Order: sequence, then structure tokens, then C-alpha cells
Amino acid sequence: MASKINIDLAVNGTSHAVSIEPRRTLADVLRDDCGLTGTHIGCEHGVCGACTVLVDDKPVRSCLMFGVQAEGKAIRTVEGLANGDTLHPLQQAFWENHGLQCGFCTPGFLMLSAGVLEQNPDMSDDEIRDVLSSNLCRCTGYQNIVKAVQIAARELRARPRV
Amino acid sequence: MKPAPFDYVRPASLSEVLALLAKHKDDCKILAGGQSLVPAMNFRLARPAVLIDINDIRELDYIRSDDSGLTIGALTRHAAFHRSVVAGPLGAMLSKVASNIAHYPIRQRGTFAGSLAHADPASEWCLVATTLDAAIVAKSTRGERTIAIGDFFNGTFSTDLEADELLTEIRLPALGQGWRTGFYEFSRRAGDFALGMALAALRFEAGIVREARLGVGGVSDRAIRLRKLEARLVGGAASPQMIDTIAHEAWASVSPIGDIHATPEYRRDLVATAVRRALAEAAA
Ligand SMILES: Cc1cc2nc3c(=O)[nH]c(=O)nc-3n(C[C@H](O)[C@H](O)[C@H](O)COP(=O)(O)OP(=O)(O)OC[C@H]3O[C@@H](n4cnc5c(N)ncnc54)[C@H](O)[C@@H]3O)c2cc1C
Ligand code: FES
Ligand code: FES
Repeated sequence: MASKINIDLAVNGTSHAVSIEPRRTLADVLRDDCGLTGTHIGCEHGVCGACTVLVDDKPVRSCLMFGVQAEGKAIRTVEGLANGDTLHPLQQAFWENHGLQCGFCTPGFLMLSAGVLEQNPDMSDDEIRDVLSSNLCRCTGYQNIVKAVQIAARELRARPRV
Repeated sequence: MKPAPFDYVRPASLSEVLALLAKHKDDCKILAGGQSLVPAMNFRLARPAVLIDINDIRELDYIRSDDSGLTIGALTRHAAFHRSVVAGPLGAMLSKVASNIAHYPIRQRGTFAGSLAHADPASEWCLVATTLDAAIVAKSTRGERTIAIGDFFNGTFSTDLEADELLTEIRLPALGQGWRTGFYEFSRRAGDFALGMALAALRFEAGIVREARLGVGGVSDRAIRLRKLEARLVGGAASPQMIDTIAHEAWASVSPIGDIHATPEYRRDLVATAVRRALAEAAA
């Protein structure tokens, strides 16, 4: 039973032809089959948010989706956030404000924030704090993550919108 | 932490879903948002042989509203309620309640219908459906039936749905002129399941309560509607003294479960507090 299924996954604008068992989560497929290990796996039951990626622009837990479900969807991972050598404002703000220590949770926080700010650029500081409660960090104590995202949100708002 | 093997099907139409359910019955499971099922599969607490993914069935993704109320299709995600889906107290209440369900990314996928089918006693939508007296529509190749919410839950993670039935929609009655609502939930951390919560809806006419709905969740094997206390509220003004009395009687009327998260005594105290705060919000 459960033979492999051949699908094309569109990750960060690049098509990946993969042959996967249906039981493999999107997180595993991204890491093992697409070689994109920036997406981290912590708890595998939706609690920590380390695996957060964007699927059709929405932040979701990639450990709670099967890879086969992402067929035909636009997936974005942390590898696609920077523009060449230019960091995304969120990445820059995390760096400048010590929004990370060990960095394990960072890809999840970045993709969560990137997705939410694209949908709702005008979020208040309180709304940002509420959204960031979605993910866990065992190092920073969160203050600098909240600060970094609030600063990046201001920076993104100040940019001309396309 | 990896699911057992299964066969995956993603049908394109409702009739195909029903045919697959009829064929595989207990060997299959519906995959909606996956926000409860996939964790259970990752832990191998659930090992369906066949998974029927309904995420492509666009005809199940709708919210319709008319004078009689709101009809919620099976693919309606929690996030659809972030903004008020209908003018008036019902839409505002649903939006407040939704913000208490898990977290933003989980709400992007999890569905209202999946919450009811999953029947977690601490589910906010189960409390809403119970308190407002929702009707549940189930379809199979055998036909369609409507289940009153009072007959729907059999206990923790257990419902009246047959193995070949799909929950297709939920109907919530309208809350029109004069209705006011209150919701209060306590959990240890933002987004956690409720340790105790209460929902109140009161219809006032010239300051007097004419109709009342009061329910509590997270305290026993299913959400419960406190009908006797509803009856006591009707005809009064929902004064602070009255609310205190009702909160105390709610405390006396429940016998909560204890688990690693909270003792029965603690949960009972939470019931009193949640009922008091929900009623106070509705009466404010
Ligand atoms: C970290 C975390 C925190 C959470 N916190 C909360 C919380 O605070 N409150 C809360 O209520 N929930 C919470 N949830 C659960 C979440 O709300 C789920 O979305 C919900 O319980 C199930 O909906 P789903 O669409 O994801 O269903 P799925 O996970 O896809 O399915 C759940 C079950 O219902 C069945 N099913 C689904 N749809 C149908 C249908 N239409 N007909 C028949 N059967 C069906 C499935 O076969 C399965 O058995 C949390 C989840 C996570 C991961
Ligand atoms: S690994 Fe997905 S939420 Fe923890
Ligand atoms: S920086 Fe170590 S877990 Fe967040």
C-alpha cells in the first residue's frame, strides 16, 4: 500500500519534482527531498511553530500538512526571504536587535511575521505581540523578537507599496 | 513522531467524497484542516488506512447569512471569523471567540466543522454550537439528515456522525434586535485550550431579559448548556447581584473533570468566574 506519488512542488519560485509517500509531512519533504533545511522541526504537533512556512501567502505549520497537499500551491520558506545578499527587513531587524540566540526558532518566527505583515501591514504593536505568541523560543525571552518585528513592521510600512 | 503509511485521495467533488466514505467507512478519515488529525497521526494515536482530503471541495467553503441565521460550510476556516462575518452581535461574538482558538497559523487551516467533528470538550466552537442550539447537517450516499446539537456529542472525541457521513454544514440561529453576548475563557498561555470558559447571550427588551442562553466548556466531556440558569435569568434585569447568584449556582451545578492541567475544584471555581464575566459582558 501507499506507494509514492510524483508531484511538483513550487518552493520560493523554483519547481521541485519529488517522489514522496503521502505520509511525509511538508516539513520533511522540504528538508529531505528539496534539501531546504532552513525550515526547522521541533515538536511535530503544531505547538512550537519552528516549521512555519507560507503556503499561498498564509503562514501555516508545515508539520501539520502533508507534502502531497502542497501540490499546486506557492510555498515560501526562509531560504527565499532575502533578496540575494540583501537581507529582508525582518532578518535585518532580528540581527540588529538580537532577536535570536541559538537561532533554532528563527526561521519560524521570520516566516510567521513575514506572512502576517504582508496580510496586515498596519498591525498595532499589541496585535504583533499577540501573533508572535503562536511560536516558541527557548532562548531569547521574546522581548527582542517582539521588538525586531515591530521595528521591521515600521520599516516595511514606510516603504512605497507596490 | 511520523505517521503510519496510508493511501491518500483528494477528490474534486462532494459526491466523490461520499462514495469514498461509503466504500472505506471505518478504515478512512476525512482530512479537513488537519490541525487535530495530523498531530494525532504524527503520534500514531490515529492510523487511518485511507485519508480523504476535502480541501479541494470548494462547494463546501461558504458562509451564508439570512434572517434565520448563519450557515457555515464544512471548509470554513477559523480565520474566516477574524473579521465579523455578519453584522450585529453574532458576528462580533464569533470574531472574539475565534481569536481564542489556538494561534494565527493554526486558524488559517483549522475548520469550524472539523472542530465539531473532533468534539474536543475544550473546543470554543463546540461551546458556541451547544449554547446557541446549532443544527448539524450530515450527508452520506444514503441521504442527508439534520442533527440537533443536543444529540450530536456523545462525549470526548465522540459524535453521532456515522462512519460514512460527512458533516457538510452548521446552522447557527440569528441573534437579532436586543441580543447581547459575552464570552470569557481562561487558559494558562495565549492560544492554549481552555481550562474553563463560558458563553452568554441575552435578549433584552426595555432592560429586561426576555431570552437567555448560557453555556460552559472545558469542564466535562462536552460543552454544557445551563438551561435551568437560563430560565432564572429570564424576566430579570441581569443585575450584578443576580449574576453573582447565577455564577454560584453554575459552580454548584457542574462536576468538572480533573487532569494534569487542573484539579476538579480549580475548574469549578473557573466555571463560576467565567460565567460571572461572560454574563457581566452581556449585561454591560
Ligand atoms: C497547537 C494547537 C492548539 C490548538 N488549540 C485549540 C484551541 O484552543 N481550541 C480549539 O478548539 N482547537 C484548538 N486546536 C485544534 C484546531 O482548532 C483544529 O483545527 C480543530 O480541532 C479540528 O479542525 P480541523 O479542520 O483541523 O480538522 P482535522 O484535524 O482535519 O480533523 C479532525 C477530526 O474531525 C474529522 N473531520 C473533519 N472534518 C470533518 C467533516 N466535515 N465531516 C466529518 N468528519 C470530519 C476528521 O476525520 C478528524 O477525525 C489546536 C490545535 C493545535 C495544533
Ligand atoms: S514542528 Fe511544527 S509546530 Fe513544532
Ligand atoms: S533563539 Fe534559541 S529557540 Fe529561539
